Amino acid sequence: MSEAERLERLLHDALVPLEPPGVLTERLERTLTELTASAVDELAEFDPSALRDPRRWARLAAAGVVAGTAGGALILVRARQKHRRSEAHGLRALQNGLREVSGDMRRRLGR
Amino acid sequence: MDKPQLDREFSDLYRAHLRDVYSYSYYRIGNHHDAEDLTEQTFLQAYRHFARARAESNGRPLRPWLIRIAHNLAANYHRDRSRKPQTNLEDAAILSEPHGTEQIVEEREEVQAVLRGVAGLPDDRREALIMRFALGMDNREIARSLDRSEGATKVLIHRAIKQLEQRLEDEGGGGDE
Repeated sequence: MSEAERLERLLHDALVPLEPPGVLTERLERTLTELTASAVDELAEFDPSALRDPRRWARLAAAGVVAGTAGGALILVRARQKHRRSEAHGLRALQNGLREVSGDMRRRLGR
Repeated sequence: MDKPQLDREFSDLYRAHLRDVYSYSYYRIGNHHDAEDLTEQTFLQAYRHFARARAESNGRPLRPWLIRIAHNLAANYHRDRSRKPQTNLEDAAILSEPHGTEQIVEEREEVQAVLRGVAGLPDDRREALIMRFALGMDNREIARSLDRSEGATKVLIHRAIKQLEQRLEDEGGGGDE
């Protein structure tokens, strides 16, 4: 084995891929879930009259973006939580809540 | 593309590369705690920009884009803290193949010397070696992550290995037979 090959083998041995710890995946899931919850709260406080006030458009749009982002992120959460049925139940409830809020907003906006 | 499909693709990207992002973060930062934070921030930021990145990728793999996010966040981390990566990386090395006890000790010492050597390289050379050996990226992927040409990347890796070889020799035979 040449010196170059030997050094490359040592580099492979030294820089091994690392499995992320369970605490990280749990924290990531929790962050996404909290993001979802805060977006749902924001939308739940929605007042149709706010649409007449341009100063609130940015806030409402931001809430919608966050809700959309977090709703999608739930796919990740669900993929990681197949074995955690109780929490998965909570996520389904959150997702249903998002869907209801979204449907309610569409009805109020006449779309 | 509709949003559910986009979300499924992001989910696939997440599952496929969580280990890559965590490994890269750890070897850049040098401690598990901050590597976890960096990994979390990387995926949250990636999700926010995923639709645009996918549209602009023209079907190319998105791992380099993901690692580039981690790279930028790691750069911010070091800039904010005004410190170089920590060098206590020895616990990361796991010798997976069975060996005799003496050989394990000898190889662990060599591996630790290599880790110290990598940690002491200039930033761009260290990053290129992490991408090549910890993540198994080819020159094209590394070039995209570092926003360089493939030719420049090949030279970068070559020089990184040469410099590492020299450091190990200077240290006292880390690469000797």
